[in-house]
Amino acid sequence: MKLHEYQSKQIFSRYGIPIPKGRVAATASEARQIADELGGRVVVKSQVLVGGRGKAGGIKVAKNSIEAEQLATQILAMEIKGLPVRKVLVDEAAAIDQEIYLGITNDRAAKKPVMMASSAGGVDIEEVAATTPEKIIKAHIDPLLGLRDYQSRDIAAFIDLPRDYWREFGRIAKGLWDAYKACDATLAEINPLVITKDKRLVALDGKMLIDDNALFRHPDLAEMRDIDEEAPSETEARKYGLSFIKLDGNIGCMVNGAGLAMTSMDVIKLFGGEPANFLDIGGGAGSDKVAAAMRIILADPNVKAVLYNIFGGITRCDEVARGILAAMDEVKPKVPMVVRLVGTNAEEGRALLADANMITAETLADAAQKAVAAARGA
Amino acid sequence: MSVLVNKNTRLLVQGITGNEGLFHTTQMVAYGTNIVAGVTPGKGGEWVLEGKVPVFDSVKLAAEATGANTSIIFVPARFAADAMFEAADAGIPLIVCITEGVPVQDMMQVRNYLDQKGIRLVGPNCPGLLTPGESKVGIIPGDIAIRGDVGVVSRSGTLTYEVLYAMKNLGMGASTCVGIGGDPINGTNFIDVLEMFEHDPMTEKVIMIGEIGGTDEEKAAEYIASKMTKPVASFIAGQTAPPGKRMGHAGAIIEGGAGTAADKIKALEAAGVRVAKHPEEIPTLLK
Repeated sequence: MKLHEYQSKQIFSRYGIPIPKGRVAATASEARQIADELGGRVVVKSQVLVGGRGKAGGIKVAKNSIEAEQLATQILAMEIKGLPVRKVLVDEAAAIDQEIYLGITNDRAAKKPVMMASSAGGVDIEEVAATTPEKIIKAHIDPLLGLRDYQSRDIAAFIDLPRDYWREFGRIAKGLWDAYKACDATLAEINPLVITKDKRLVALDGKMLIDDNALFRHPDLAEMRDIDEEAPSETEARKYGLSFIKLDGNIGCMVNGAGLAMTSMDVIKLFGGEPANFLDIGGGAGSDKVAAAMRIILADPNVKAVLYNIFGGITRCDEVARGILAAMDEVKPKVPMVVRLVGTNAEEGRALLADANMITAETLADAAQKAVAAARGA
Repeated sequence: MSVLVNKNTRLLVQGITGNEGLFHTTQMVAYGTNIVAGVTPGKGGEWVLEGKVPVFDSVKLAAEATGANTSIIFVPARFAADAMFEAADAGIPLIVCITEGVPVQDMMQVRNYLDQKGIRLVGPNCPGLLTPGESKVGIIPGDIAIRGDVGVVSRSGTLTYEVLYAMKNLGMGASTCVGIGGDPINGTNFIDVLEMFEHDPMTEKVIMIGEIGGTDEEKAAEYIASKMTKPVASFIAGQTAPPGKRMGHAGAIIEGGAGTAADKIKALEAAGVRVAKHPEEIPTLLK
């Protein structure tokens, strides 16, 4: 789960990381009021969950509160990479001397978190990593011990931070580690961390990704999810415990198991079709879950055919068949459907669907070819 | 012979009295797996499966009383890390964690702790292991695989079933099938299992089923090119997956342009591995 900049910085602030004074606004007049409170000179920053906001014109400096209101009006009317801007963060403007990158993420290969820093802050770190990797220092953190002070000092030295700032930098690095750890983050990033002209270290921008699997122990963070920023079908799917991702094709897919769901999409593509979605109903799904999945697939007007690929293990094919029948009663689908049931109670499942006017298939390749043909014919 | 599990496996089930734990314990016993004990804190002294399997309050007590040498974990995600620590501290040398949805920071702690103790973990978020005709430690339906000389290793669950089933339909059997799981941080990886298969006299050929995310398949390709003599066929799921989206499995995500199916297929083919276009084609590549 992605957090907005303003949410990430609020969390950073709780862990002792200095952030600029500022608040979030949903209207231009609110933005003006906040700018007045901050003394006029502010930065107006769009809050959308994509990168490249600055390049898209979604971050602007205002000299006074009237200009802040004008800029907020413009920015709140924008769409950035397809996402409408619904909120702006109004922060006091900082006079910047130097920009630093500081972040923590999980290193899959090392099986440890890694703190990364660079004196080339304020730009995309992946770009720095690709073009000038020698400018980045990486310090792996033992997950059983946490960040040690010497590691922060090593990092400060590597990025040529003047010694006067080392103590404060150490506090910020420790704060970032604590925030990362306490929030079950998979990414906690300050980009840029700046040295201001009046010689303070301030986190001007912040980004956090939270591990969805850990949200059960963070109800406060779970509430921060901005459902305006995702497809409504994905929100609906989550409610039923379905793993769903909307895609641009026209063949809906319902599959049990993530690997098999990805594979079913791939095989559709292999035979010349385009999948409309990724959908894993999970293990042991009952008929209500199947019915919900079918409603979500059929709500997409692009869908011209649906492929059901169920390999019964824990999941029982007859349960899935019952779910399909229940949903068909309710949504009365007009598109052709191809069904392939194998494994636990497949015979019973097939018998239940015998009169449902569905196209049946024996193998996955056969099912995918039939779905592609059906989508073309529709 | 076979790898990791066989007739000598003395299995302990953590979370044996839960719905899933009990269901799969029944299935495993029906397959012939030797289940010696179960653990559910607070239910020590009870018996399950009509008095056949004793339940203990802790892994330590269960291991001392029964000589269990492998543990399988079915506890909910929020308790899974603790269950793995408990099994490790009780000295169980092989832990198989079926549980899906374990937080990644928990897994980093578990993995680092287990490595220090030299304990092998399979999973989490995996279907477990199956040595056809000998032992089933996990949830792979027993009737979809027959005994044979093909070692199977996979990051996926039902996709593995698909492949085992296609093998069976061609009369091809498995020596052992190892589901290593779909999480970004797990225990046993591809190379570990490939090495076991390379040294296992029962295994003549290998099928490796990978998916998008991470670089384990690329590393496996290097291992295959430099160390393996047995033929390997493969399939990589997620060729149509969009970047930046977690495709069900926590580990199946293309991040910063890394972990694409195209990269993995290229690396494997360069290592002499035959990569199938769809899963039903895999066994034919080893014929």
